[in-house]
Amino acid sequence: MNLRELSKLLDSKIHCCEESLENEISYVCAGDLMSDILMFSEPNALLVTGLVNIQVIRTAEMLDIAAVIFIRGKNPTDEMLDLSRIKSIPLLTTDHTFYLTCGLLYEAGLKNVPMKTAKNEIKY
Amino acid sequence: MEKQKKPVTKDIKHEYSIKGMDFVAAGEASSNIKHTLQLIGFAPAVIRRAAIAAYEAEMNIVIHAWEGVLITSISPERIEIIAADTGPGIPDIDQAMKEGYSTAPDHIREMGFGAGMGLPNIRNVSDEFTLDSSLGRGTTLTVVIYPTA
Repeated sequence: MNLRELSKLLDSKIHCCEESLENEISYVCAGDLMSDILMFSEPNALLVTGLVNIQVIRTAEMLDIAAVIFIRGKNPTDEMLDLSRIKSIPLLTTDHTFYLTCGLLYEAGLKNVPMKTAKNEIKY
Repeated sequence: MEKQKKPVTKDIKHEYSIKGMDFVAAGEASSNIKHTLQLIGFAPAVIRRAAIAAYEAEMNIVIHAWEGVLITSISPERIEIIAADTGPGIPDIDQAMKEGYSTAPDHIREMGFGAGMGLPNIRNVSDEFTLDSSLGRGTTLTVVIYPTA
């Protein structure tokens, strides 16, 4: 699913980096604690979060996150938008709740970011 | 007499100062480290591993320490990141390495940190991981990533 389709699915507004709307999203990770997000390491992932501060953009930068969506109509700050433009990370907002946002994405076929287990098996 | 050539594979060394509790600048050092690795041309997966380690280590200094440094030493075969701080130190390293264990106070958690995953995340992306800590003095973390491993 590309970002344009995803944006339509979640009835969301795109705040920056509109030129990336054709970018493909393959996986989703979600959470409000950034270290819970920093355990994922796959490109083409969407980050769903209710946390609104500059460290969300830093976390997305480190992980090569394809886009970030903020839930329940939370808007990114100007400082966050500036950094996102520099790093080319699209920021979106949806009015949906955290659970509904994740549910709709899962229903649309998007899976968890794959992780290696202790036995080196891939787990979704 | 012919001059001897200097070896070409010299490590690229950088040092970044990190201030405790400075949440505005937090992440800038790691961003610079990531940029350097991109310029050198490492594979994206290797860069992500190093970026995760650097950022988690940088946030640990910002959250827990008074001040510290990130020192990187990079060659095509080896990426070393040392995070050395002066700070309270870690009372129980075994406990600090457990996933989900955190000593971060609520106001840190409200900023999205203190999940108790920082050190375990760093260990997971590292090929070598060494943690030395002295109570009331500080902590030194050394991470090595071998790009070809």
